Amino acid sequence: MRGHLPVLPLLLTLTGALLVPIVAVISRRAAWPLALAASGAAALAALGGVVEVLAHGTRRYPVGGWAPPWGIEVVLDPLSAFTAVVVAGVGTLSLITSGPGAASAYRRGTPGFYALALIALTGFLGMIASGDLFNVFVFLEIAAISSYALVGSGGGPALAAAFRYVVLGTVGASFYLLGVGFLYTLTGTLNMADLAQRLPAHAGSPLFVGGALFITVGLALKMGLFPLHGWLPDAYTYAPAPVAALLPAVATKAAAYALARTLLYVLRPTELPVTAMLAWAGGAAIIVGAVLALRQDDARRLLAYSSVSQMGYIALGLGLANPTALAGAYLHILNHAMMKAALFIGVGALVLRGRGPGLAALGLGREMPVTGTCMVVAALSMVGVPPVGGFFSKWYLLQGALEARQPVLVIAILVGSLLALVYMYRLTEAVWFGESPPGAARAEAPWAVLIGLVALAVAIIAAGLGNSAIVARLLVPAAAGAL
Amino acid sequence: MNYPYWVAIGLLMLGLYTMIAHRNLLKKLIGMAIFQTAIILFFMLISVKRGATLPIVVAGVIDARAYMNPLPHVLMLTAIVVAVATTGMALAILIRLHAAYGSLEEDVIAERVAADAARPPSPPSDRS
Repeated sequence: MRGHLPVLPLLLTLTGALLVPIVAVISRRAAWPLALAASGAAALAALGGVVEVLAHGTRRYPVGGWAPPWGIEVVLDPLSAFTAVVVAGVGTLSLITSGPGAASAYRRGTPGFYALALIALTGFLGMIASGDLFNVFVFLEIAAISSYALVGSGGGPALAAAFRYVVLGTVGASFYLLGVGFLYTLTGTLNMADLAQRLPAHAGSPLFVGGALFITVGLALKMGLFPLHGWLPDAYTYAPAPVAALLPAVATKAAAYALARTLLYVLRPTELPVTAMLAWAGGAAIIVGAVLALRQDDARRLLAYSSVSQMGYIALGLGLANPTALAGAYLHILNHAMMKAALFIGVGALVLRGRGPGLAALGLGREMPVTGTCMVVAALSMVGVPPVGGFFSKWYLLQGALEARQPVLVIAILVGSLLALVYMYRLTEAVWFGESPPGAARAEAPWAVLIGLVALAVAIIAAGLGNSAIVARLLVPAAAGAL
Repeated sequence: MNYPYWVAIGLLMLGLYTMIAHRNLLKKLIGMAIFQTAIILFFMLISVKRGATLPIVVAGVIDARAYMNPLPHVLMLTAIVVAVATTGMALAILIRLHAAYGSLEEDVIAERVAADAARPPSPPSDRS
């Protein structure tokens, strides 16, 4: 088993995705435990991958025994091991919350949801594990097509959002593919390690410039980076609750990882302003996303725009590309995945018991104290209050921006946190001090939701307390090979 | 003499323009299909070599220069499968959109979504 650790997580979720519809024919109730077992096992395998990397360093796995650069390679290194744990771990916790009592949005289609969610997780894990540019495209599309179906399964306005997501997502993936084509024409290889060796000789070529630009724009679109975030707000606002608990947390993170991997470890465009563009787009995203989040009265749309802002932080760190900023960006991938999952799950639970997602209808904090408290923990992380996780990633990003001598970006980081304080205050105030809506069920969230939510809140605090260990042992080695 | 590449670029632009300019969702989807096809054509073009034949070994000729590069073709087989799946997904969404709102015009759907949102909230229901 140890030899196969690099591919094990995605094989487990893929197997689960195939088994769920078959088992569901016999017993629909078995779909949830089975999906949970598959993604839980994948999360454990991803954790095993981290242990393996810490003990033995980077592992390269030739799929099917075909040696690279001709065969496809799967790479387990500090960065991919870390991101795989984020995606599989947060994915599992959010699947827990779709359990009995919470799946009202899926009364008819439950097994379909679990199969699609597992396929999406397979796609994300594959994007993370892959050491081959074209293979990344294939997994990107596997994840994307299942995401379109998941968003569209909400019906009504979710369908319109899903169609927009299909068109823009396909444009993003196609731009990426076009960029890969340019690089292949230039070097004759698709293997990332091979490309990284051959590309420096072609740094001035127009094909290299075009390839770097197309790949960056395509993946930036996929990660919802301002000004390419057009698909994101509607898709995450109208997605049904179990989907909103999963996709906003992990989908944009996998794309951010793919961008970091190709741009910083393969292309290394030292003579092009691509990384500077990324940093400035990130700075703009932080402010614009936060300002738009302030103006929303629908809690889900508020969270969606907050995602635009928080993805800006990650892009800013990737764009600055110094070791401190990169550690901050990678840590923010973890922190934002956890806090956004917790907040969307919390809002989903409030909507389940209450009367709709408007801020005015969410005043159920006193009836649902556990849900409300976990949301406050996530909100503190979003604002960046020590000792909760979000503080530390923003701290590293701030230090990275200072090291890079970018005063404007420093201000963007600080103002973004201030604005996050305001919009998160609006949400928590509505939950705790709002009028409880008439006719709402006065009960705590279903137990499955509570398990996932409490686990996420504990993990958010643990990531804050353990941040120095994560950064020193995983993220500093991960940032070492960049640019 | 690289004019075939201009065809690929032209198709790419045509696809992008169609996606942006048309308000009808089905026409947007057609634009998307043209856009994807342009990229497939681009990959076909990079595998072409002057004076080379199909990458099937002719008896006695063992020289890479005599054959076109088969790898882009293989990549595009996968990309075509992906494109078919994406188009199928998009069509499925369009069918359900039409069933829910009775139109595929972006403006009409946006109007009806807004009209639905203005109504008082009702328990979760599946419209289609």
